[in-house]
This record gives sequence, structure tokens and C-alpha cells, in this order.
Amino acid sequence: MASHDPDPRPLLLGGPALGLRLIVLAGMAAGLMVADHREHHLSAIRDGIASLAYPIQVAVQAPVQAWAAMRESFARKSRVEAENVKLAADNLVLRLKLMRFDALEQENRRLRAVRESSSRVVQRSLVAEIVRVDLDPFRQRVLVNKGTRDGVFRGQAAIDAAGIFGQVTRAGPFSAEIILISDPEHAIPVAVNRTGARTIALGTGRSGMLSLPYLPQNADVIVGDLLVSSGLGGVYPPGYPVGKVTQVTRDPGQPLLAIEAEPLAGLDRDPEILLVWFDNAVVEPEPEPEAQPGPAPPAAVEAKPAEPRPVEASPAGRSPEAAPETPPAAEPPP
Amino acid sequence: MMRGQRNVFGWGRVVLLTVVALAAAVVPLPRGVDLFRPDLVALTVLWFCLLSPRLLGLTYGWCAGLALDGFKGVLLGQHALTLTVIAYVACKFRLQVRAFPPWQQSVVVLCLLWLNEFLLFWIDGVAGHPVTDWRRWLSVPVGAALWPLVSGICARFASRR
Repeated sequence: MASHDPDPRPLLLGGPALGLRLIVLAGMAAGLMVADHREHHLSAIRDGIASLAYPIQVAVQAPVQAWAAMRESFARKSRVEAENVKLAADNLVLRLKLMRFDALEQENRRLRAVRESSSRVVQRSLVAEIVRVDLDPFRQRVLVNKGTRDGVFRGQAAIDAAGIFGQVTRAGPFSAEIILISDPEHAIPVAVNRTGARTIALGTGRSGMLSLPYLPQNADVIVGDLLVSSGLGGVYPPGYPVGKVTQVTRDPGQPLLAIEAEPLAGLDRDPEILLVWFDNAVVEPEPEPEAQPGPAPPAAVEAKPAEPRPVEASPAGRSPEAAPETPPAAEPPP
Repeated sequence: MMRGQRNVFGWGRVVLLTVVALAAAVVPLPRGVDLFRPDLVALTVLWFCLLSPRLLGLTYGWCAGLALDGFKGVLLGQHALTLTVIAYVACKFRLQVRAFPPWQQSVVVLCLLWLNEFLLFWIDGVAGHPVTDWRRWLSVPVGAALWPLVSGICARFASRR
């Protein structure tokens, strides 16, 4: 198996030169790591590599996609018909729900304006397909086929039809990497929908499980409670479903409850997701002569706490689309 | 046959081999099987360092590692560092290792892949996102078991004759 060396040069290649090269290359690698970890200065290099890698990544998943397409085209007619019936029924139900939605949304916006808080509903969305490549089996990350050329930015929220999916951690020109809410490095501020209690849901590294370790023993949480995003931190739009509580362990010896929840979004089955833009700005009411607006609008206070982990601390890149609904009041509060 | 070293392998073939190894690092596998995914980039680097270190040595390991970092979207430079280190060890001991029968070579490769994974583990910890799951070590014995196959394929593929 060992092919012979046809090179006439001596067999023992230089010791010091080899060691020197090791030191130089290892030093360069270490420098890269520090620069990438501390400063995020390497986005140009990373974008370059990502652009080169993207065609290969797409080519790699092509057989998988072709297989799926083939199965689709050979799908039984009866199955497609059944699916069609189900979709029509779903559509009817959704339209029924939607009938009152416009009116409710207007009302909600008006009420929120009275309360001087932001409406923060999703205004624009972009469908992104998940590129079927395995980035790392121990990290819950996926690659999608939309990048900065489509306006995707770091810290953007991603949702699917059932709930919150994750957020963009890295946006290259053609592709973006999304960290799922189940990644062990991810934390999302949530509220228990039934009681309004706020807490933080941490990822566990398993796609079917979130953990809520910060609620006290006397907190009112039961199995089956719906968790919705609270919107604190400003990354995710508030009020979108995140998960369902599956297990509550009350150990009197512990100061805090151990709660497990199951994410509602199809984290490991979605073929595509929605990247969303939402209005995170404060909507102020029409100035009235006797109105006494407080010095700090509540939303500004709300947005400040709950930056539990570095992942959450990226509300910097708000999109230009997220402009306030109404122009801010002309005169400052007295 | 005194052709220069540069003629033994075509650069195009080297690039193709590297790209195939990189693609194998991200090709989608069923859940559960992906834990056993061998690190083919590390095996390719080891093969070149053991069998043809003058053509492709540490610098090749560094470049392949950087490309792998970009592919997997991890901290830029971590695979570059680990692959350079194992390439160095492989270059140092290549004369002994070349004389070994295949199963002994596999044992050496097992040690080097373990070193690679250990350095990655360590860098993950220093960078603040440790993966302490024991299953991350599963890829090491799988890679070592595949060594005879990979070295055979590399030898067949890279040689022009």
C-alpha cells in the first residue's frame, strides 16, 4: 500500500523546519480563533469560505432532495386527495379565525397606542428553505438558503407554522446559519400563557426538549401549559407559541422547579421556515393636552432586562423595514 | 522512474479528493448514524502526511482544516489547529508508521484521531461551549477502522500510473 518515494532528496526531511512550520501554522490558527471568538472581525473571510462552500453543500443534499421529489411524484393519488381534503378543511377553519382578525388587530393596535407600548406583530416574512446538511450532531443548528442578499441579518427571528424555531446566528451572502431554540447555547424569554408568569426556556441539545430551570417552587405551572414568547430581549416577536410543558418536578429540597417543555415548532422535520421582520419600536399616542406620558415608555424598560446569554444579546441589527407605524410625537414629555 | 514529486499526484486530483472529504463531513445522514460519521478530512490529511509529506504536509492540513471550519460553521481556525498538530506528529513518525502492517497503522491512526478529537474538545471548552456528550468520541474508532480502506482508495486515486 505504501507507494515508494521517487524523490531523490534525503528521506529525513528537516526537523527544525518542520517544527518551525508547526509553530507558525498553529500560531496563525490560534490567532484566527481568538479573532473570530472575541471580535467577530473575520466576517469577510467567513463569508468567502461560506460562499465557496455553499454550492458544494447544495450539491451534497441534491440526492436527498431528488429522492424526496421522486417519492412525491410517485405518491398515491388517494393520499394526495386525502391530503387535499384535509388542507381544504384546515383552510376553512383558518379563514373563519381570520375573519375577525383584521378588526382585532386594529383594535389591538389602538389599545396599545393608548398604553404607549409597541404593537410588535410580524410585518414581513421571508420563506427560507433548510439546506439538508449536518453541521454538527451535538449542536442544534441548520443552514438555510437565504442570506444577506435577501436582507437576512444576524439576530433575526425564525418561526414555522407551529411556533418559534430559532434565530440567525450568522448571515453569509447566500446562506444563513440558524440556531434552534433547543440548542444548549440558546435561551428564549417566555411567558406561561395561562398565568403570564415570565421565565427563560433553555435549550437542552435534544430537539424535543426545552428546560425551564428558573421558576420558584410556588410558581403556578402545570403540565400542558402553553409557553409563548414574551418578547423581552427584543429578538423574538411576543405572543408566539414556543412550547408545551410536559413535566413539572417539585422537589421540596430544591429552591427552584425543574420543568421540561416540548417545542411546538417542528425543529427536526421542517423543510422550510419563515424569517420575520417585526416592528419593535414604541408607538406613541396622539399627543393630548391633558395626557401625562411617563418619562420612560414601558416598552423601553421592558426591552432592557433578560439578556441571559450572549446569544440573546443581538438586537443590534434591526432591519430597515421595521419602521415605526406612526411618527413619534413631536414634543418631548414635560 | 525519476519523475519529480509534483508529477506523481495531479493537483486537480488532490483538490477533488479534499472536496469529497469535506462534502462527506456534512452529507446528511439519518439521526443516530451521524454520530458515527468518521472524520474523512483528518484521514486524508494523515494519508498525505504519512505517505507523501513533501508534497502535502502541514500547510495542507492547515488549509483543509480551515475549509472544514467554514463548512461546518464552527469557530474559524479550530480544525486548522488540530489538523496541523496531528499532521506534524504524522510527519515526524511517518518512517516508522510506513513500515507497520495495516492493523498497526490503524492503531497509530486511532491515537492521532483521538488527539485530534481531544484538541477539538479542549478548544470547545475554552471557547465556552463544551460538548461533554460521550458520544462525540464515537467517530474516533470508526475512523481508525476505516483507515485501511481510506489509505487504499487514496493510493489508488492519487497515483497517476
